[in-house]
Amino acid sequence: MDKFTVLTGLVVPLDRANVDTDQIIPKEYLSSIKRTGFAQGLFGAWRRDPEFVLNQPRYKGATILLARRNFGCGSSREHAPWALMDYGFRCVIAPSFGDIFFTNSFKNGFLPVVLSEAEVERLFHECAAFPGFQLRIDLERQSVSSVDGSLAMRFDIDPFRKHCLLNGLDEIGLTLSHADKIRAFEAQRKAQYPWYF
Amino acid sequence: MAKTLYDKLWDSHVVHVEPDGTALLYIDRHLVHEVTSAQAYEGLRAAGRKPWRVDSVVATADHNTPTTNWEEGIAGVRDPFARLQIETLDANIGEFGAKVYFPYLDKRQGIVHVIGPEQGATLPGMTVVCGDSHTSTHGAFACLAHGVGTSEVEHVLATQCLVTRKMKNMRVNVEGPLARGVTPKDVVLAIIGRIGTAGGTGYAVEFAGSAIRAMSMEGRMTVCNMAIEAGARAGMVAVDDSTLEYLNGRPFAPKGAEWERAAAYWRGLRSDLDAKFDREVTLDAREIKPHVTWGTSPEMVVPVDAAVPDPDREKDGLRREGMERALQYMGLKPRTPITDIRIDKVFIGSCTNSRIEDLRAAAAVVKGRRIASNVRLAMVVPGSGLVKQQAEREGLDRVFREAGFEWREPGCSMCLGMNPDRLEAGERCASTSNRNFEGRQGVGGRTHLVSPAMAAAAAIAGHFVDIRRWS
Ligand code: SF4
Repeated sequence: MDKFTVLTGLVVPLDRANVDTDQIIPKEYLSSIKRTGFAQGLFGAWRRDPEFVLNQPRYKGATILLARRNFGCGSSREHAPWALMDYGFRCVIAPSFGDIFFTNSFKNGFLPVVLSEAEVERLFHECAAFPGFQLRIDLERQSVSSVDGSLAMRFDIDPFRKHCLLNGLDEIGLTLSHADKIRAFEAQRKAQYPWYF
Repeated sequence: MAKTLYDKLWDSHVVHVEPDGTALLYIDRHLVHEVTSAQAYEGLRAAGRKPWRVDSVVATADHNTPTTNWEEGIAGVRDPFARLQIETLDANIGEFGAKVYFPYLDKRQGIVHVIGPEQGATLPGMTVVCGDSHTSTHGAFACLAHGVGTSEVEHVLATQCLVTRKMKNMRVNVEGPLARGVTPKDVVLAIIGRIGTAGGTGYAVEFAGSAIRAMSMEGRMTVCNMAIEAGARAGMVAVDDSTLEYLNGRPFAPKGAEWERAAAYWRGLRSDLDAKFDREVTLDAREIKPHVTWGTSPEMVVPVDAAVPDPDREKDGLRREGMERALQYMGLKPRTPITDIRIDKVFIGSCTNSRIEDLRAAAAVVKGRRIASNVRLAMVVPGSGLVKQQAEREGLDRVFREAGFEWREPGCSMCLGMNPDRLEAGERCASTSNRNFEGRQGVGGRTHLVSPAMAAAAAIAGHFVDIRRWS
């Protein structure tokens, strides 16, 4: 997995609530057996509209997506964070997320940041007011700030997830370091409840 | 300390906890399908890893398999990408193994969430994962069943554990008798209408109350299936006699003395009387009417005797914009009575409503009638090969065919339109599936979620009708 430490980048505002993973990557693009090559499908249906934010030249090269509540609800498809990353995003900021999307993101070195509704609202205003609006995300310090330092916000993150992201750790490898414990648990479960095996 | 059902399931599977609460949760059953597993197996291969416990894996191909042309074998899969995914699953199961595999064309193949319970491969007290968000379905059997992403599929294959954190506890009580014509689908749509599509986010939801206890296992599966549409990764129902009766004798359920021991344990899989929930919601079952969604999110739902809502009356700006966008996409005007909405297609199927009781309910409505002339296509897609067989034994296929429905092979079909079954742009569908998102059933397609009986009645009338007035 890629490391995530500090990211400074252009912000693109997606002003809709409940953006589901069917919109992030429509099913027409799910037929691949690979983890890459999904950039083209990102918001596939909406991008046909020339007015859609991602089609506006001022947001070209954005790496941070600003979104509304319940972003990534719906389907478990991990193609959603894959597509966002493939397109060039490394971070999405929203007041809340769908649970599965939120988990999937961390597994891919893609950072979902939860800020309050008021903070997100503020960022939408900044984006609209200042073409080229950039943010700096510092994972170690758990901060989101404007490049000129006039704006600074803090976010929460589980220490374990933070540690994995900062170091780009392979979670499977980490879990396998507990292999003895897993084996012992399994043996006991099998003795007690043999019908599950 | 008093525990909820979820607490009990959680506690009995924790292998290890990090200081911050991140836990390794042992997984008993891993359901695998063709669309979300290829990259996981590829990951295993690249790292030179083997599955931890092959016997936990139950696999099938369901999402993109066609529902026609089965007589042509694999050649009947016209889409080369779909075929590649199906063949990749065949190869991966061939290489890595499984407890049991129901490949494309097998007579026990079907939607992964239909065949798990049908085979007794889903048992009370288990943790169940699948790379599909509707894994919550299995919670009907007092399982802790999560949908997971592909990285987690790989993680569970490699370690038999899921890295996760404990969720909060919510209980949704549905008390009282359901009115005639009101089904489990209407109950869960009413719940989502009440708490919203994010109402369950961060929670494991237990469905309880006399209306839930009175439901068959199939009805409970319908309710748990849509827990994820309320944002909850897992939904569940306590064990009772119905649970045990359903499972007894299923192929992968324990037998004889082992069954007795298992059943005794399973009976304890219920929330303690004084267990505390972080949130409780109660609905009066008597007040629930048949429901129809009007928008592009399952929370955009109203009773059939109501009208399409007016965004002008919504105070929350973000919600109002969402409603306006949905109405535009759906091609609907505010205040249109739901029963005035005419439809082009009807889809009876999906892991929400494709089991035998669903097909019986729909057949009872259409028996001896014909679909309306404005309905271009009405199709019934059984949830599994075994459901299909059972329906044919009961003559339901004839009832549907004579009414003008197409009778198809099992699979996910038009629930997500990854196979050839799709809506065309602008087409309006009465669907028994679980998601009415933009483009879900086909680019530009318009989906209204309803119960099987309501879908069947809409097929006959050509527009939505109140099934309570159907004679
Ligand atoms: S029927 Fe629909 S919701 Fe169910 S597993 Fe298939 S695609 Fe997913």
